[in-house]
This record gives sequence, structure tokens and C-alpha cells, in this order.
Amino acid sequence: MNKRHVLSILVENYSGTLSKVAGLFSRRGYNIDTLNVAETQDPKISRITVTVTGDGYVLEQITKQLNKLINVIKITNLTECASVLRELMLVKISCTTSTRSELTQIANIFRAHIVDVSAKSITIQITGDESKNSGFLELVKPYGIIEITRTGLTAIERG
Amino acid sequence: MKIKVSEAIVKCLEKENVKVLFGYPGGAVLPLYEALRSSSIEHILVRQEQSAAHMASGYGRASGKVGVCLATSGPGATNLITGIATAYMDSIPLIAITGQVNSQMIGRDMFQEADISGASEPFTKHNFLVKNADELPRIIKEAFYISNSGRKGPVLIDIPKDIQNQIIDFSYPKKINIRGYKPTYNGNTRQIKKAVEYINKSKKPIICVGGGISSSDAKKELVEFVKKTKIPVVCSLMGVDSFPNDSKYFAGLLGSHGYPFINNYMNKSDLLIVIGARFADRSTSMLNKSEVTKNVIHIDIDPAEIGKNVSTKVPIVGDAKNILNSLLQYNYSINTDEWLNNIQGKRKLYKEKLLEINKTGINPRRLIKKISDNMNDEGILTADVGLNQIWSAHCFSAKKERKFMTSGGLGTMGYSLPAAIGAKIAKKECDVVSVMGDGGFQMLLGELALITEHKLGVKIIIFNNNYLGMVKELQLNAYGKDSYYGVEIGFNPDFIKLAEAYGIEGMKISKEEEIDFAVERIFKDDKPFLLECIVDSNFPSIPRLGGRQNE
Repeated sequence: MNKRHVLSILVENYSGTLSKVAGLFSRRGYNIDTLNVAETQDPKISRITVTVTGDGYVLEQITKQLNKLINVIKITNLTECASVLRELMLVKISCTTSTRSELTQIANIFRAHIVDVSAKSITIQITGDESKNSGFLELVKPYGIIEITRTGLTAIERG
Repeated sequence: MKIKVSEAIVKCLEKENVKVLFGYPGGAVLPLYEALRSSSIEHILVRQEQSAAHMASGYGRASGKVGVCLATSGPGATNLITGIATAYMDSIPLIAITGQVNSQMIGRDMFQEADISGASEPFTKHNFLVKNADELPRIIKEAFYISNSGRKGPVLIDIPKDIQNQIIDFSYPKKINIRGYKPTYNGNTRQIKKAVEYINKSKKPIICVGGGISSSDAKKELVEFVKKTKIPVVCSLMGVDSFPNDSKYFAGLLGSHGYPFINNYMNKSDLLIVIGARFADRSTSMLNKSEVTKNVIHIDIDPAEIGKNVSTKVPIVGDAKNILNSLLQYNYSINTDEWLNNIQGKRKLYKEKLLEINKTGINPRRLIKKISDNMNDEGILTADVGLNQIWSAHCFSAKKERKFMTSGGLGTMGYSLPAAIGAKIAKKECDVVSVMGDGGFQMLLGELALITEHKLGVKIIIFNNNYLGMVKELQLNAYGKDSYYGVEIGFNPDFIKLAEAYGIEGMKISKEEEIDFAVERIFKDDKPFLLECIVDSNFPSIPRLGGRQNE
């Protein structure tokens, strides 16, 4: 059965490592839904968080093939353990003086922040798991979404 | 000790006990060649870089060491790729060193610039682009270790020209610590016990071996294990020389171009013990997968192979040699006499069928058999790709210390000749026979020059049917009678004159009764010899209709 999985991959921070990881996905025919990457507390090590959709076989193959990459140190499937998943999203919504207060209210309910306002638009920053962010998008859609950008999930194990 | 990086590279190679380099020079490797000039390493100048990789691979397979090839940046490097990919698919250890344009210039589309670390990524076990001169000794140390451990494979090191000229404080590292690379060598005891239970419960077991037996040097252990359990052995193309072909437990080659009866027996078996084999499509396309895979014990050093192509009851990750040794600690009480006799009876019939006298021209299988009968016990046969590969795999008897080398995974035409040259350079005392079709021979035939240049007694067999026979057979099987296209070789040179031009003696035969004389002539001395055999263009790969369609 196809399921969404969040994989947290620790890699040695050499040039070309990201392309090795990303290349492996496309080469073996797996789709990356989201991807994000940054250094960890140890500058020699980076963490790549990817979300992929697939059944048990696909997930097993992805994990095994990733493990074969020399620069990959450790892979954790965060969907299988208690973990905190977050995504940051910036949404630019068209907005007039008459709708500004409504949008501000919605932002407050979602504990989002207004980071920019202009005569015709308002930009809101929201952090949460994917369902919260998608819920927010549904709600503001009628106002007219001009542009969005989202980081993709990043995640960490609890405890 | 302060030395240039180019000198450090040579020193590292010497420390790794490299005696021979197969290479082709160019602008981006000038400093390296200057350093090689005064070293003890022999440089073999190839005629095309692809051959350098095949030769290094043949050299490595014959000697059990890591072959090294070398090319300049750009086209030199890209020409290597087919050879590297060939080694990758067959898990052959190999080091490829390429020159690169100056590091400050990378990305500016310089003359002879190619992103070879990017391009070779899908075909290498690992690759390095050296950006910091000080890291070079560590990188070379790691490259050799990665290439020749775990599941072996090619590793590429790309070294910009300016880095080759930098001065470093050289010391060769003694220890290796790669955080993300720790291959498993010993099998899990619980799984091994489970495997023993499965074996003892089975009535019709089969062992299926691949190239993993050779790469872990586990032939002796396999023979012991088979003697103890009395289980028949089948092999993939890569596993032809994994088990003595003259043993009464040897059943033959499986797969789409294997012995047809073997696929039947595979379907009837109740336990499959797969050792060091991927069990890829060419091996399993003829099998009734859901039946065959009811009970599979899969032993492989690469965890990703287990469960990839067949589902497995007992997965054992580790080195075949160690695991077979562990399995040998147990007692087995199974009776396979009837099962074995059955298979052996079929094998005998099939062998007779293979060697039936041909109506027109030569039966190429009889020729291979004759060569096999006359070769010494350490002999090496390299087969190309196509009909000649199948004829060779079926009729060459890989017994004793003999080796059968071919491009099993990637199926690279042109592999045979350079691989044979590499093998002969590694093992001068062994008979080395290179078998090819008229198509494959012409892919890298410039390498003939090396045979004369380095006085290598390589014996060349060309099966000439004026067609790309395997493709033609596939076309006929897929689209029906007369529907072949693009496979006729409209003009072939006179191969005997060609050999003569390269300083190699040759002979052409077209009749059955000439085989004995010709093969005796081949093995009369240790000089190179080219034998051209005219083969009927409809001679099939396997006795019953070949190809996947008709099985």
C-alpha cells in the first residue's frame, strides 16, 4: 500500500553528496515529494530530510540503496517513530483594507505571523505539519493566493 | 616529505602494490605522466580508453587484485564510462583515475572539460573529485579500500591538473575510517540456523551461484558444502567458473539463454539457495516466479540485493566464504539421489544435443568444447556478448582453476579482446582465449596492436556469420520469419590479412573436420593466434529455439 514516509538521512558533508542522494532517487525511479537539507551541529555532517511515497518494497529498496552510498551515515524513518514534523510556508494573499482584518484573524487562529503588508497584498508566515498548512491554504484561497513557497517537511525524533 | 601531488599519486599506487596501469595520456594528466616516467609501474598504452577500463577489469579478475586505468579529462574520461559501467554491473573492483581541467576553471566549459564525477555517478560504487591537494593520499587509500571490499566495484578519482602540480606533505595513511561504510562480512547466526533447518527439510533443493563466489574467493568452501549436502548447483553467466563444471553436482547455466531443462527443474524445486547472485531478469525470466520463490535462502554481501528481485524466506547478509564456512559447521541429512540423477540424466542428453554435427559449416559449440579440452587447468576464456557468449558459456568447461570472464550484467560488446589482453598481462603462464563474433571483434580491434607490442600469446577466436546473430535471433523470435533488420554486416575485412597486418598469425576454417587441426595449432605454442570460423548465419544460441519468446 502506498504511504507517505519521512526519511531523515545523515550524510557526510562533502561536495556532491546531495547530488548523489537525489540522483539515486531519480535513477531508481522513485519520486521525492519534498526535500530539505542543511548542516547539523557538526559542520562535517548534514541532514537531508526527504518525503517519499511508496509501498513497503519501495521504501525498503530506497533505504537499502541509500545505505550503500558511501557518504550516507544513517537513515531514520521518522514516520515509524514518535517525531515532530514541521514545515514553514510563506503565503502572499491579495488583500484590501476591507479584508485585511479578516486575514489577520485567520492568521491569529493558526498562530501564523504577518511578515509583510502592502496596499494590495499581505504575506503570512505559517509553521506546522502539512495538514495544518494545507488547512490554512484552503481557508485563505477565496481571498486570492498570489504566491506561495514552502520549505518541505523537516523533522526530528521526539525525546 | 614534501612532494608534488602527481608524485604522491604514483607513490600511493606503489603502496597499493600496483604493477600495471592501463592508460591513455592527454593534457590534463601531463604532470601525472611525468611522475610515472620515473616509477616502477608499467604503463600500457591502449588504443581507446574504453579498452583501458576493460583491460584493468580483465587484469583484476585474472589476478585477484584491483586493476587501475587512467585517462585524461573530457573525451578520455567519457570513453572510460562504458568500461566502468561494465565493471559496475559485474561488481568487479577497478580504480579509474582521470585528469580534470584546473580547479578554478571547472564549470566554464574549458577545452576537454567534462563533468566526469557527475557522469560516472550511476556507474561507480563511489567517486571523488579532488578539490584539496592534502586530501589526495586519504582519497586514494579509501578508493582502493571501497573498490575491493564489501560488494566490489569501480571507484573513480578525478584530479584537476593544478592540484597535480601542488606540493603536499606526503604520508600514506595507515588506517581507514569511513563513517558511512561498514560492510557486513559474517552472517547472522540465527538466520544461518534457519537456513540449515530449511535445507534439512527440503527434498528437491538447488543451489544457484553467481559472481559473488569468485569475488569472495569461496570456490573451495562451495565445493565442500556441496559435497556435504549433495545439492545440485546451477549458475548465472557470472557464476560459470564458480563451481567445477566437471563435478557430478554441476547442473549448468540457468536463465533465458541457459540450459532449457534447468529452468524446468528450478520450477520443480522446493528450495533455492542463492549465493552471491542478483537473480536478475536474464536469469529468472523463464521461471514461474511465484512457485520458485516459495522457499529462498539468499546469501549476499549487498543487503540491497536481498528481496530486490525475488522474495526471500531466509536472508543472510555477509561474505559468501564466511557464510559457507558457518554452514559447513552443521550436519545435513537429506537424500537428493533421485533428484540429482534426474538432473544429471537431462544434462547428459542436453550436452549431446549441444554437440550435434552441423549440416552446413562449423558447429561453434564443438569448437569451444575442443578448446576447453585442450586448455590448461588455469586457462582463462573471455567471451564477448551475443551468440558467442552463449556458445562459450554452454561448452566451456570451467574446471580446476579455470576462469570464464564475460560482461554478464551490462552485456558490453567489445569486452572480450581487451579483457583477454588484461588477463594475459596478469597471468602470462595461463592460456588465454578470447572468443568473439565478427561484430564484437570490430568494436575495439585496434587493441590487436597491444598483443604484438607486448608479445602476449592471446588466442583469438572469431565466429564469423556476417550477422549480429543474437539480435537477429531476437528479431526473428519477436516479429516472425524474415523480419530482421539492421543486423547484416554488409562488409567484413579479411580477418586473416588484418591479423597479419597486426603481426598475428591467423587461419580460417569453415568445415567440421578442420576443427581438430586448428585447435591443435592454436595451442602448439605461446604465440598469439587468430582463428576465424565461418558459422552458418542461422545457427541458434541454444538448441531449442533461443530467446525469451519461445520458452
